[in-house]
Amino acid sequence: MSLYGNLILASYASEAVKQGSVVVGIVSKTHAVLVALKRNAEELSSYQKKVIAIDEHLGLALAGLASDARVLSNFMKQQSLSSRLTYGRAIPLERLVSSIGDRAQTNTQHYGKRPYGVGLLVAGVDETGPHLFEFQPSGMTQEMVACAIGARSQMARTYLERNLEKFADCGREELVKHGLRALKESLAQDKELTVENCSVGVVGVRAEGKTAIEAFKLYDGQEVKQWVELVAEGAEGAEESMEVDS
Amino acid sequence: MNHLPQAWGRPRDDVYGAYDASYLQSNGPNQHTQSPVVTGTSVVALKFKDGVVIAADNLASYGSLARFTDVKRLRTFADTSVVGFGGDVSDMQYLDRLLNSLDTEEAYGTSGHTLNAKNLHTYLAKVFYKRRSDFNPLWNQVLVAGLDGEGKPFLASADLLGTTFSSPSLATGFGAHLAQPLLRKVAPDEEAAAHLSKEQALEAVKESMKVLFYRDARSLDKYSIAVVTKAGIELKEDEKLEKQSWAFADQIRGYGTQVN
Amino acid sequence: MSAMFSQNPLMNGPNYSFNQAPSTASGGHKQHGFYPYTDNGGSTLAISGTDFTIVAGDTRSTSGYNINTRYAPKVFKIGGTTDSQDDATLVLSVVGFAADGHALKERLDAIVKMYRYQHGKPMSVKACAQRLSTILYGKRFFPYYVTAILGGLDEEGKGAVYSYDPVGSYEREQCRAAGAAASLIMPFLDNQVNFKNQYIPESGAGHALAEREKIPLPRNEVEDLVKDAFDSAVERHIEVGDGLLMMIITKDGIEEVFKPLKKD
Repeated sequence: MSLYGNLILASYASEAVKQGSVVVGIVSKTHAVLVALKRNAEELSSYQKKVIAIDEHLGLALAGLASDARVLSNFMKQQSLSSRLTYGRAIPLERLVSSIGDRAQTNTQHYGKRPYGVGLLVAGVDETGPHLFEFQPSGMTQEMVACAIGARSQMARTYLERNLEKFADCGREELVKHGLRALKESLAQDKELTVENCSVGVVGVRAEGKTAIEAFKLYDGQEVKQWVELVAEGAEGAEESMEVDS
Repeated sequence: MNHLPQAWGRPRDDVYGAYDASYLQSNGPNQHTQSPVVTGTSVVALKFKDGVVIAADNLASYGSLARFTDVKRLRTFADTSVVGFGGDVSDMQYLDRLLNSLDTEEAYGTSGHTLNAKNLHTYLAKVFYKRRSDFNPLWNQVLVAGLDGEGKPFLASADLLGTTFSSPSLATGFGAHLAQPLLRKVAPDEEAAAHLSKEQALEAVKESMKVLFYRDARSLDKYSIAVVTKAGIELKEDEKLEKQSWAFADQIRGYGTQVN
Repeated sequence: MSAMFSQNPLMNGPNYSFNQAPSTASGGHKQHGFYPYTDNGGSTLAISGTDFTIVAGDTRSTSGYNINTRYAPKVFKIGGTTDSQDDATLVLSVVGFAADGHALKERLDAIVKMYRYQHGKPMSVKACAQRLSTILYGKRFFPYYVTAILGGLDEEGKGAVYSYDPVGSYEREQCRAAGAAASLIMPFLDNQVNFKNQYIPESGAGHALAEREKIPLPRNEVEDLVKDAFDSAVERHIEVGDGLLMMIITKDGIEEVFKPLKKD
């Protein structure tokens, strides 16, 4: 702890999150989507894994240390399986997210431990419908309507704030588009969205208030082409960009 | 499983032959429950169009002694499910406490209750199976009644060995012999059960309770009965058997002082 | 019956009325042990073909002379990514003590699901078969009281059936029957699937008779064979009946077929 009352280690951990490439999450009444910008560390390397399917009803997107995210996602997978084993029930999202929140909080409190250097967006559906949660290394978790974390995510958040009231009634396609547009906002000047650098994860209920679910599906590479083209520069209708600018 | 809780969890004589008494252990260390003490008899239940009817009498026997005559063997869970207990009463009380703590734990989530009857049954079956695997069984057979995740009527059994099964009608103990045939006549399959009205189901279950009282020496004419539907649980714990007819009794020959 | 009463030392606890002479071993104060198993009856069967495998089981669950339920499947899809197991590629059948069967199925399913999560591809039957063997052997001294059969398609896309004993000894076979009516069904399968004791008429004298050529059976014939096997078993075994659940594994996925059996 520093003289100013902030936890230094936890502050460093949130720096790690800010260095990670941006990920965006949005929920509507029927769906939750995760959209991520993948980076390749160097020309020769492959792109990072940014979106992970945990179970049929949920997945996560990460910003920060991927190896820490894997520890957390394995833990979440286990919790999820164990809920299905013990109760025959898909684990409620809030419960799962607070379980990783508790784990992360403990790490900030004990000598010799370090916080997870990763922020997560957890999207999924349970009995009470679609949800999106944000997780920070400090152990903080909160439910969000839309959220963006990672490098330059402020730009994406601004987009989300401006379009906030539209999200609730969006279908899956619209929601993915909003996600990609938000992602695009946060791109560096010379960068563009391509099939190589985006991942999309979608999960939802078949109809509002229904329990039958559309399982979490991860889209990568050519599978995201349709969406990337839709939001590409010039492809968007003039009115659309007007709205954003207003 | 036959009608004697004392016989549950034992190798079947007709399969394995009479138990070789020389295997009886003399006092070893760390003895777990090896037999039930105070026991409840049958639980009967039947699915219908929009829910489940479940009943059990209010007697707890100590061997052949009718020891406690006001023991409630149906317990509700989260206003959505009912569990009916047959077998050892102290193990029933333990499970009651266990379910209370599960209920409390569940209620802490802001989303409220999320465990339906199906989830509850899965959980109970795991508890039973764990305990039998530890050689420390909970000497019960239970029926869980309520609704599943899709809001459809749910009825299933779990017992001291961890065995589970589900059926349109179920009965434990003596009821498996006496009540189940009557209930299967009313609801031979899921299809038939889905057409039964609440009144028809109630009548069939009450009739079963009556037959059980006629023929099961460890039963009582005071019973509890519950109806679980989407609307909630109607639980009555002080019902009395109606319209009994013992006219058949003097026709019985061959027992007691009568010879012919 | 008297044996099951005798665990209650007469003077020591509650007793039912009749026939309760306490039997004692040498010395002192006695208690009966708890027996952690029961037999829930039923039968299972699996046959592999050139590009398919059929795993089947009846749906009756019994305890003694009672029928617990007419619908309790013994055949399960394993290792799908969803609750409905739509994308599963393996099938496990278990018969014997149903609670152990259920526990075994759930354990294997969890393992195969974790494998798929970690490797991003389904487990092969061969790998799963070996893993199942180690699971069973892991409880060598408190076994899962079940006869398991694992079905799927091998790396070449051919039908594969692996059969087990309760403690994990296993082998790949063309076909296998297990459970209460195994002894009724297996000889029928030997004859009809592997053409045992079938000779070509007038191909020689006595032992010189030529055996009938072994040919792989087409799927529709195998389906009929399975139904015939169970119909016959139902006639002669009281613990078999009510319904027949078949899982047919092909490269396009797993098809589920339910057929009624006699309920008597």
